[in-house]
Amino acid sequence: MTTTTAPITPVAPASPGAPVDTPRRRGRAVRRALTPYAFLLPALVMELLVHLVPMAVGVWISFRELTQFFIRRWSEAPFVGLENYRVVLDWSGPTGADLVHSLFVTIVYTVCSVGLSWLFGFTAGVLLQKRFRGRNVLRTMFLTPYALPAYAAVITWSFLLQRDQGMLNHILVDQLHLVDERPFWLIGDNSLWSLIMVAVWRTWPFALLCITAGLQAIPPDLYEASAMDGAGFLRQVREVTLPMLAPVNRVLILVLVLWSFNDFSTPFVLFGGSAPRPAELISIHIYESSFITWNFGLGSAMSVLLLLFLFVVTVVYLLAVNRRRRDA
Amino acid sequence: MREARWIRVTRVVVLSLLALFTLAPLYVMVSSSVKPLADVTDDFRWWPSRLTVRPFVDMWSTVPLGRYFVNSVVVSLAAMAFSVVVAIFAAYAVSRYRFRGRSAFSLAVLSTQMFPGILFLLPLFLIYVNLSRITGINLYGSRLGLVITYLTFSLPFSIWMLTGYFASIPRELDESAAVDGAGPLRTLVQVILPTALPGIVAVAVYSFMTAWGEVLFASVMTGESSRTLAVGLQSYSTSNYVYWNQVMAASLVVSIPVVAGFLALQRHFVAGLTAGAVK
Repeated sequence: MTTTTAPITPVAPASPGAPVDTPRRRGRAVRRALTPYAFLLPALVMELLVHLVPMAVGVWISFRELTQFFIRRWSEAPFVGLENYRVVLDWSGPTGADLVHSLFVTIVYTVCSVGLSWLFGFTAGVLLQKRFRGRNVLRTMFLTPYALPAYAAVITWSFLLQRDQGMLNHILVDQLHLVDERPFWLIGDNSLWSLIMVAVWRTWPFALLCITAGLQAIPPDLYEASAMDGAGFLRQVREVTLPMLAPVNRVLILVLVLWSFNDFSTPFVLFGGSAPRPAELISIHIYESSFITWNFGLGSAMSVLLLLFLFVVTVVYLLAVNRRRRDA
Repeated sequence: MREARWIRVTRVVVLSLLALFTLAPLYVMVSSSVKPLADVTDDFRWWPSRLTVRPFVDMWSTVPLGRYFVNSVVVSLAAMAFSVVVAIFAAYAVSRYRFRGRSAFSLAVLSTQMFPGILFLLPLFLIYVNLSRITGINLYGSRLGLVITYLTFSLPFSIWMLTGYFASIPRELDESAAVDGAGPLRTLVQVILPTALPGIVAVAVYSFMTAWGEVLFASVMTGESSRTLAVGLQSYSTSNYVYWNQVMAASLVVSIPVVAGFLALQRHFVAGLTAGAVK
């Protein structure tokens, strides 16, 4: 991280040899020192209003019994200490069991969709590395799903996955005769796999975008040198491409994991509000327990736990990745 | 060196499969939007029995799509405009000044990416409800509340990307402007902005896309009159009787502006990602 060289605006000059410190000169120096903060102010105010203050309020709410009776006078909601956390973490109780279930579903969802998105993005990125006719057309086409608004894309998928009028069952049942009974894709056990398929469709282009940017930064002579050593395609991928892409992959995978874990739009639009139980991601679960049952205290306690969980995952991930890098 | 045969075969096979996967839903969207209703209520068919533009006409009257559209355009444009200005100021400070808290600021802004949206949705909802009651400015159920919320969503990426862009602009340009007596603000407007224009346009498109596609906050923060396309289309597609051809037509229409903008600027996104990463 080497960024700023010499700052254009020098820090307040206070060396002993400097001319006498007049009030006006000092005023100018103070103004100079404050300039960057003035430029940051709008961003700071916005981040405070929309992210930081609500987060603090969220933590505060998680210690309250904030139900529908207290929405208008939420500051009067009774303080219940750790009661919400106790209910949420009591895995033998219904609320805790549901939370564990949705956590498990979310982990399966995250591992599958991030794994496949990265795999598709990496494979396509490597196969598109060499120049050939139609390469740019393919790249542009592959990026299209990422640019589509989430709801437009997911609504299209929900049409395609309809049991009776959908394209998927038409192919599987009517054309290929793979199954006799038309399967349901948006309810029941299949719903989680449908969800993963839609998520991969929407996210792998982002992986491709980042990996393409990373691949362009690899100097071509590395490949030439390894070809001289007699390395074939697969050995080049293993010995040149993967190590050179490591910095991109480290950030990319972390970002994808955090996005998937917090994903709300895909299940919300795909299942029309309430997800079937096999595909109930944690964000949907919290949304339902807050806005449908109007119990904000429980919902906030779950959100706080989710944030803590993600924080721990991120820290462990960064530590593990950095240690590997140091050992290597 | 000539490529081995199996690599070329693999390339063709794998890229074709990925192309099919990518294109299938896009094909469904486009082809269904020109089908008559009978084609989408019965078994799926690959080709329309006849071509029709009726879905594109009818969709405006089945649901108040026009109002959703106007709401989305207003909210997204406003969020984009404010977000770009705020991001330009912040990126200018981070790329051109050394000050206490500089790296803490960058880190804090990036780490908001990690927050589950659901965590600050509930409190923000309560804050807006109560602020509206106290000040009389309607933040809950209005477009204003959405604009304020959305403009922060694109800030982290925008600031990050613009900082990279600004850092690549030679400082000599700033210094010669300073010699001419330009203050920081004039330097920013007259020197930095014109040079970084491609980056700024890319960031603007990104902010617009973010606001245009957001679902979670739109579903909680909007009332009947401020409903955006995200909520409107969703209820359109989950009502008791779904006109799939109209829904597909509407999905196509709302997608075209953002897809066109993104694909036109994709080079700048790649450049921005690289610039931000090597910073």
